[in-house]
Amino acid sequence: MWLIRLFDEKVDEMFAKGLIHGTTHLCVGQEATPVAACAALLKTDKITSTHRGHGHCIAKGADVSKMMAELMGRVTGYCKGKGGSMHIADLEEGNLGANGIVGGGIPIAVGAALTSKMMKENYVVLCFFGDGATNEGSFHEALNLAAIWDLPVIFFCENNQYGMSGSVKDMFRIQDIADRALAYGMPGHVVDGNDLEAVYDVVASAVARARSGAGPSLIEAKTYRWKGHSKSDGRKYRTREEETAWKAKDPIERFKNRLIDEGIATEEQLNDLKARAKMEIERAVSFAESSPYPTLEMLEEDVYAH
Amino acid sequence: MREITYQEAIREAMSQVMREDERVFILGEDIGVYGGAFGVTRGMIEEFGPERVRNTPISEAAIAGAAIGAALTGMRPIMELQFSDFVTIAMDQLVNQAAKIRYMYGGKASVPMVVRAPGGSGTGAAAQHSQSLEAWLAHVPGLKVVQPANAYDAKGLLKAAIDDNNPVIFYEHKLLYSTKADVPEELYSIPLGKADIKREGSDVTLVSTGIMVQKSLTAADVLAKDGIQVEVIDPRTLVPLDIQTIVDSVKRTGRCVVVYEAVKRGGYGAEIASLVAESEAFDFLDAPIIRLGGKEVPIPQSPELERHAVPQVEDIVEAIRNMMQKA
Ligand SMILES: Cc1ncc(C[n+]2csc(CCOP(=O)(O)OP(=O)(O)O)c2C)c(N)n1
Repeated sequence: MWLIRLFDEKVDEMFAKGLIHGTTHLCVGQEATPVAACAALLKTDKITSTHRGHGHCIAKGADVSKMMAELMGRVTGYCKGKGGSMHIADLEEGNLGANGIVGGGIPIAVGAALTSKMMKENYVVLCFFGDGATNEGSFHEALNLAAIWDLPVIFFCENNQYGMSGSVKDMFRIQDIADRALAYGMPGHVVDGNDLEAVYDVVASAVARARSGAGPSLIEAKTYRWKGHSKSDGRKYRTREEETAWKAKDPIERFKNRLIDEGIATEEQLNDLKARAKMEIERAVSFAESSPYPTLEMLEEDVYAH
Repeated sequence: MREITYQEAIREAMSQVMREDERVFILGEDIGVYGGAFGVTRGMIEEFGPERVRNTPISEAAIAGAAIGAALTGMRPIMELQFSDFVTIAMDQLVNQAAKIRYMYGGKASVPMVVRAPGGSGTGAAAQHSQSLEAWLAHVPGLKVVQPANAYDAKGLLKAAIDDNNPVIFYEHKLLYSTKADVPEELYSIPLGKADIKREGSDVTLVSTGIMVQKSLTAADVLAKDGIQVEVIDPRTLVPLDIQTIVDSVKRTGRCVVVYEAVKRGGYGAEIASLVAESEAFDFLDAPIIRLGGKEVPIPQSPELERHAVPQVEDIVEAIRNMMQKA
């Protein structure tokens, strides 16, 4: 969780200084959902991610140096600098890719789950998306398809209360997005997305169900993004009080306090973890900064497979 | 006259029309207090309220379909696509519904709506947020396609697009939003289908649209120092297209270059080049017609690659110098 938070805080700082070109969507405040969900998966399982995907990527095992290089448009990045923040894929770790199209990854997750079933590969696919994405047609069509084919896919909604400026209060007439599962004949679960263990438990049971051949589930994790939607966002659509209230539910602090209270780890050990994460981020920045940009010959490479 | 930005010009046209005509309303993602992804609708919800500045869920197909339904029944909606790339999701509604309804119903119905679509590269947002897809839309009978190149044209063309009784795709370029021009305060209309000669010249006819107009004008300044007089023509609307103005110019200059940001292959520039070749201007040509378009690649994120993916001023200058040397 520290690695994700420190990565995104660093990215925020670098954008502000103009060191990164393009756009970015930070997941600060939402670290528990990717970490817990990916912890419930095996290395061979797959995920699909979103425009707010740095956390998913890191939780699924990505190297932050290659991520930073990608954000800075360097050739050593995950996609040789061609994709940038919204289009990082790490197929070796089972990350089928971030996505700049809201809802774009949901049917793709269904297709990957179809492969697993048809080829008896026995992996499950965990599909991340936001609350906003569940109003896209792709969400509804994909859930139905996964349901009728009993596919091993977990639809995991990170309900961070906003799709850009659209609050869930304005964009839904239902309290819980998980209720939409009913329409497709699959189980729906609501979970506190800032509670690492609760998320882990519910994902683990959905994974077990999927792996046993019983089909898909929809999980809605309620959380909050602390920062704006992307770079230039005055956050006029919400109050500073609301932000403060959610910050008090910081998933990292919460898990840390529990570890200390139960004597599982000491404050020093946890601070040490944070310090190590910080060093890793510093290394990532210097790796990215010292990496070359792609050459102009690369502009026309990789358009078609050979 | 005062100078305002392209973004302000679009907002002003919408606001002035909305004050006059209660049938006009806008809908789209984050167009309320957020002011739209590029700030174009900033402040409009304060004036017109949430009924007429309708913030929608992230549901492009539903937004387009709703605009069509409203237009069919007497309203004049303006929908904002957050990025023109997302037209892919609204495509069924726009291509199979909006474009064909009037024709299929034997002229008994019409769909007077405007789709505002920010397109183009240069922001580092990479392949899914940087496309120029106007050629797809121009291909479909029933749709009109507008590409304003400056703030003045944006205001006048948007007014005409709103007044038009057909679905009109209004393709804006993100890098133009902050560019300024003299724009009259009062509402005015620039007819769809009337090209604008942005600069007169006698040696080459340079046809360009959208952001390429500015680049072409800069290239023309550079070439003028070499004694090459470039005429820059901006068709302003792809459908309907004022081909006659282009043909007349080519008859005078004997040379034609077409520049556009969209991928060169299958782009709209090919259409213009063919129309010129098929016209009476053919006999006046002193050189083959040249197209300069984007490379046949998705737009990459890395800054230098991104710059080289689409034509720049130096590419235009070089192409025209080569053309003149061969003569
Ligand atoms: C098809 C499509 N429509 C609109 C957008 C613009 N956009 C990018 S992210 C976003 C909000 C998505 O909200 P949500 O799915 O809740 O995810 P979150 O940002 O909250 O993580 C929007 C509207 C897009 N990228 N793709």
